[in-house]
Amino acid sequence: MGKKRIIAETGAGQHGVATATVCARFGLKCIIYMGAEDIKRQSLNVFRMKLLGAEVKVVNSGTATLKDATSEAIRDWVSNVETTHYILGSVAGPHPFPKIVRDFHAVIGEETKKQCFEAFGSLPDILLACVGGGSNAMGLFHPFVKETSVRLIGVEAAGSGVDTDKHAATITKGSIGILHGSMSLLLQDDNGQVQEAHSISAGLDYPGVGPEHSHLKDIGRAEYGSVTDQEALDALRLVCELEGIIPALETSHAFAWLDKLCPTLEKDTHIVINCSGRGDKDVNTVASSLNI
Amino acid sequence: MKDNKVQITKNKSLSKVDEKFCELKNNKKLALMPFIMAGDPNIEITSEILLKLQENGADLIELGIPYSDPLADGPVIQVAASRALKSGTSPRKVIKLLESLKGRLNIPIILFSYLNPLLCFGFEKFCEIASNAGVSGLIVPDLPLEEAYKFSKIVSNHSMDLILLVAPTTPFERMKQISNHTKGFTYLVSVTGVTGERNKMENRVENLIAKLKDVNRNPIAVGFGISTPEHVNKVREWGADGVIIGSAFVKRISSSSKKDVVDYVGEFCKEMRLAADQKE
Repeated sequence: MGKKRIIAETGAGQHGVATATVCARFGLKCIIYMGAEDIKRQSLNVFRMKLLGAEVKVVNSGTATLKDATSEAIRDWVSNVETTHYILGSVAGPHPFPKIVRDFHAVIGEETKKQCFEAFGSLPDILLACVGGGSNAMGLFHPFVKETSVRLIGVEAAGSGVDTDKHAATITKGSIGILHGSMSLLLQDDNGQVQEAHSISAGLDYPGVGPEHSHLKDIGRAEYGSVTDQEALDALRLVCELEGIIPALETSHAFAWLDKLCPTLEKDTHIVINCSGRGDKDVNTVASSLNI
Repeated sequence: MKDNKVQITKNKSLSKVDEKFCELKNNKKLALMPFIMAGDPNIEITSEILLKLQENGADLIELGIPYSDPLADGPVIQVAASRALKSGTSPRKVIKLLESLKGRLNIPIILFSYLNPLLCFGFEKFCEIASNAGVSGLIVPDLPLEEAYKFSKIVSNHSMDLILLVAPTTPFERMKQISNHTKGFTYLVSVTGVTGERNKMENRVENLIAKLKDVNRNPIAVGFGISTPEHVNKVREWGADGVIIGSAFVKRISSSSKKDVVDYVGEFCKEMRLAADQKE
C-alpha cells in the first residue's frame, strides 16, 4: 500500500500496544486514539504505547471511552485515507473490518483446536470468552463454528446490572441498529441515539458489538451471558489465588461465568477459556475497587 | 429554445429540488444552500433562522437531524448536535417544526440525518411524515451506494429525492454509478475528511466537477469546508451549480447570544448570497 502512517483506536490499551509494537518494528508513524476516561484507568498501557514511540491522542468527546475513540479514528481515517492505514481493533466497524479482524484473530481458535487434540484427543466441549466488540471471542469461535458439538459462549459486561442503565451488555439488552458502519445489536434509546455503555473494564465498555456475534446469536449457534463488575472482580481475585495469574478485568468476566456454568455441567466437561489479556494494566482499578 | 426550457420546468416528473435547480440554471444563478442543525440552540430559534435564511437569499436549506455519533462531522457540528439533543430534539420534533412552517417556508428543505435514527423511527414511516411536512429531499451520509438503491426507491415513492455523495477518493466507476443514481443533485464532498471550515479549497475539486459533468447533466453542489466568499467564487468559477455551507453557519449560531442569533446568521447568509451572485 505504501502507507507510512498507522492509526488505531484502543479501549483497554492492548490493541494500542500491539499496534505500537508493530509500528516500532517496521518504522511506521503510529497514532493511537484513546478516550480520556480509558487513559486514566489504563495508564500502564498508555505508558507502554508511548515507550514504543506511538502518539496517544486523547479523545474527550462523548463518553470519552472506546466508542468515541473509534469515532475519532474513523474521522482521522477518512481525512487521511490517502496516506494512512487504519488497523481497527475489533470485529466491528465498516465492512470488511469485521472479517479482516476475525480472520487474523482466528489463530487463537486454530491453536486451541490443535492443543485440544494434543491435550485430550478431541474437540473441547465448551469455548468461553468475554465480548466487548468481540474480537477475542470471534477469533476463538471462528474455527469451531461448524463443529456443532462445541458450545460457544460469550460473556458480556453487565456493569452494575443489566436492569440498570449502567452496563455494556449489548447482545443481552440491545436492539438492531447501526454504529461505526455496521448493522448489529446496539444499546440505543427510543430515538435511535446511541446510549452510554458502562463497565469497569475499558475493553468491554462499548455500546455496540461485532455484527457476526449478533448473527451467531440470531441463528442460535452461540450463547451469550453477562456478569457484573462485582462478579468480575471476585473472579479476578479467585483466579489470582488459585492459579497465580492476574487476568485482565475483561478476561475476568469470562472466568466469572464459570460460577454460573459449572453447576449445570457433567464432570469432565472440557472448557477452554480465552485468557485474552493480563491484568497488570488493571491493578489500580482493582486496588481501589477491592480496597486493597 | 426558451419554450423548451419552460416545458422542462413544468414537467410533472420533476421534483421540487429539480425544479429549483432548473429555475436557477435558467437565471444563471449558483444555488446557495446553508446547513443548520435543527434544535440548536432550540427548536423555536431554528424556526426563526429557517425563515430568515429564506428571506436573505437561501435557495434550499439543508436541515440536520441531530445524532449522538456523527461520524462525518467535525467538532463544530458535533457540538451543535449535542446541544440539539440536549434541547430535546428528535426526528418527530423536526418534522413538527416543518409542519408548523408550511405555507411560510417555501424553498426546498433537505433533511440531513444519519441512518440509525431513521431506521429506528421506521424509514418508510419517516418518509411519509417528512413528505407530508413538505420536505423535498434526504441526505444520509452513512448510507453506502450498495444499500442506497432500495432506500432511494422509498424516498422517491414519497415524492422526495435521496441525494448521494461523492468524495475526492471515490473511484471513477463508482462516481459514475453514484451520479447516475442520485436524485436532485450530486453532493460533491470537496475534501477527504469531515465537515468543518478549511482555509482554502483544494484545486482538485475543479477536476472532480469536470469529471462529474462528463458523466451526466445532474446539478452538482459542493460542500464540506466552504466558509468564505472566496470559496464560493471558486466553486462557481469551476462550474458547479450549488454550494453548501455548514460549519460556518453553525459556528455563528453557537457564538452568538439567543437574542441576536437570527440577525447574525441572516447577515452571513446575505454575504454568501452576494458572493454566489457575483459576476466574473
